[in-house]
Amino acid sequence: MSSAAAPRMAAGRDYSLVGAEARRAEERGLASATWYTTPIPRKQLKELMRRKDGPAIRDTALWIGALILFGSAGVLLWGHWVAVPFFIAYGVLYGSASDSRWHECGHGTAFKTGWMNDAVYNLACFMIMREPTVWRWSHTRHHTDTIIVGRDPEISVKRPPDILGLLLNLFAIKTTWFALGKLVLHARGRLNAEEATFIPEMERHKVFRTARIYLAILAAVVIACMALHSWIPAMLIGLPTLYGGWLTIVFGVTQHAGLSEDVLDHRLNSRTVYMNPVSRFLYWNMNYHVEHHMFPMVPYHALPALHEAIKAECPPAYPSLLAAYREIIPAVLRQRRDPDYHVIRVLPATATALPADRLATAA
Amino acid sequence: MSEWIEACAADDIEEEDVIRFDHGGVTLAIYRLENDRFFATGGLCTHENVHLADGLVMGKTIECPKHNGRFDIPTGQAKGAPACINLKTYPVKVEAGRVLVDLA
Repeated sequence: MSSAAAPRMAAGRDYSLVGAEARRAEERGLASATWYTTPIPRKQLKELMRRKDGPAIRDTALWIGALILFGSAGVLLWGHWVAVPFFIAYGVLYGSASDSRWHECGHGTAFKTGWMNDAVYNLACFMIMREPTVWRWSHTRHHTDTIIVGRDPEISVKRPPDILGLLLNLFAIKTTWFALGKLVLHARGRLNAEEATFIPEMERHKVFRTARIYLAILAAVVIACMALHSWIPAMLIGLPTLYGGWLTIVFGVTQHAGLSEDVLDHRLNSRTVYMNPVSRFLYWNMNYHVEHHMFPMVPYHALPALHEAIKAECPPAYPSLLAAYREIIPAVLRQRRDPDYHVIRVLPATATALPADRLATAA
Repeated sequence: MSEWIEACAADDIEEEDVIRFDHGGVTLAIYRLENDRFFATGGLCTHENVHLADGLVMGKTIECPKHNGRFDIPTGQAKGAPACINLKTYPVKVEAGRVLVDLA
């Protein structure tokens, strides 16, 4: 990959969905635009998109089983130091593995059966403190306008980057703080101005109802802790979002951080990173992120096959998490003083490039 | 008044699949479901302008390739977020191996 820096953007950009960049993105034709897609024969794509229940039932049984196993061991050993590794494992399964579960089930692709997607989606959303209706619509926008400034509500590493916020989010502190604030707002029957741009009127009653349910569950956990004079209820429900959330940020930052903004080609604003089988189980193959964005209706279990089908048209995948971070950390640190700096992914010589007039950069 | 337009040959569409058909500024999706039942709907997802012909037919449901918007093919009914507005449907008939759509 190469890198680029221009002297235009010293103060950083306006990432608000209701600010000047939002209007600018529309004026530049970046909103709801047509994106580059690698051609795949229809028959092959249909096979890749084909839904199955089997893989997700297996993986969900393993996930829930491991949660019960590690959670039970932690409770039984409570008060002794040997409980710590069990709670670490429980926390990762609760606060980090839930990230890919809400995501895949939100796309409706993990399971073939609709109610299974909905059930796991709602459970995982609660675990990671992401309100299901809000995030369904937010993520829809993320896929329409991926890393388009002023349009995408899910740009997690902005320019200049909030390094302190990223570090706090290793324990989901900043995200949970804002999530709790939004729960209170929504429980009062209100949305903020940005949410109003992507959540349709007819869906808003669900936001308000779910926020009240979330707050009621969290209040019940607090009451249980007080009644039992014990932290155990909170260690099982609620706190694992924080103490187990670190892998969410470690995996999640690799998706787009440090790459181009405002380009209509997922090969240039997303990363595919090879990971070991345990990480791919925890992350449900979201490390194949270029592939996921280019063909979001391909289920997680088919992403390795999709990767094989299109990799000749994509920049090379990163060989490991470490390799990805060797690029991300210097890029993000440099963006603190040079917000215009970003890594430019180079397409293979044989790949079909996006026409230059659609390669809009932050001009 | 009917306006039957030839869209394609019946064999142009595999069973449980969809193709795109453009005519006079209108984009349609032509479906072939089980037992050689043919249907036609508006060709673009009502959530955003994405061609449904790139989506997946599952039973009698079409899923938008972009955001999981789903529609009942025979009725055009939207089956849940992010698809909230129904698709327009068009009468279809098959004559001598050709699929005809009434665009009136």
